[in-house]
Amino acid sequence: MTAVLIDAVSWAFIATGSALVVTGALGLVRMPDFYTRMHPAGVTDTLGADLVLVGMMCQAGLSLVTVKLFLIGAFLFFTSPTSTHAIANAAHVAGLKPGFAEVPKRRPRGTEPGEGER
Amino acid sequence: MLASVFSLVSAALFVNLDAVDVAFTEAAVGAGISTILMLGTVAITARREAPSTRPRALPLTVVFLTGLALVYGTLDMPRFGDPAAPAQVHVAPKYIEDTAREIGIPNIVTAVLASYRGFDTLGEVTVIFTAGIGVLLLLAATIRDPQGAGVRAMHHHLVLRVVTKVLIGPILLFALYVQFHGDYGPGGGFQAGIIFAAAFIIYALVFGLETARRAVPGRIVRLLLAAGVLLYGGVGVVSFVFGRNYLNYSVLGPDMITGQHIGILLIEFGVGMTVAAVMVSTFYAFAGQHAPIRDEEW
Repeated sequence: MTAVLIDAVSWAFIATGSALVVTGALGLVRMPDFYTRMHPAGVTDTLGADLVLVGMMCQAGLSLVTVKLFLIGAFLFFTSPTSTHAIANAAHVAGLKPGFAEVPKRRPRGTEPGEGER
Repeated sequence: MLASVFSLVSAALFVNLDAVDVAFTEAAVGAGISTILMLGTVAITARREAPSTRPRALPLTVVFLTGLALVYGTLDMPRFGDPAAPAQVHVAPKYIEDTAREIGIPNIVTAVLASYRGFDTLGEVTVIFTAGIGVLLLLAATIRDPQGAGVRAMHHHLVLRVVTKVLIGPILLFALYVQFHGDYGPGGGFQAGIIFAAAFIIYALVFGLETARRAVPGRIVRLLLAAGVLLYGGVGVVSFVFGRNYLNYSVLGPDMITGQHIGILLIEFGVGMTVAAVMVSTFYAFAGQHAPIRDEEW
């Protein structure tokens, strides 16, 4: 009974993770703008991969493999959002504007918002 | 970018073919370090190739003929995956059966690479060493001297700085794990050296090349570059001293198996040192071509 339960739970995790990965790929292709594209890419990297890893941990039971999978999951949990942030930040610094909005001017350090060049 | 995607896909292909060690190395080198160095090259040079002025008919013909000659040379080889090929009938069973008895480590790939085919691995490490020296010779003339102290790069990028600080320790630990775990699972010197270098490269990327150069000075990196190959060759010479032939590890310990273990550990360590030093020094050479971007320009 518990084996069936564990199987079902791991199936659910892996299926959800894979669905998120597919959705992320779809979004990557269909989104209109760079910044909107970063969002599905980040989802694929972080949540999709982590859910698949949790599903695999359920399959592995209590063993060293589970600990290793958990470490991989923790590593991905920290580094995928960071890489998404790094890419978006680099684009912002390079001057890429979001598709439909004005980017607020960078104010010099030490001034209040609203001060600076008038 | 396409090159790194290609490397990642071929790493997945290698995993599919049950060659996990190779996949590990391909993923680390191709999808990781090569991309960084390629980006560094593009940053130094230009994004588009200058149009070539010389006619391209002669080189194309030479390449084509050489390719034909190579293909003709392979026509004599046994068919791919042929179970009656000499490699499957003589070589592979000998390694598979003798490893447990003579070397005593579970990972047959490491046993073959480090012990049975130790000469080839010595050649590989020397090739890596030579490549590193070649890059340094080509680029060292234009490396600017590190100027000033305490250039705080990436002050605005808090997330990157914090995450890098948190991650560098685990990355270095993982590199050591991979290095010494090569006997029991996928791993070994090459992969570990790459991962080791990756930690220093990410430190240099986030905290500035000058800070990284103060942490790991160029001359120490170059020292390690040579020390790795020296260690590997030295193990062979020690075997001479004990009266056996070059790179015969059996004499390094009280019995054959212990000697093999010691020998494999030492040479893998030499390989890891050289690989890490080559990657770090190549990165220093590439990244040192630019003047550092000042903090206010970010």
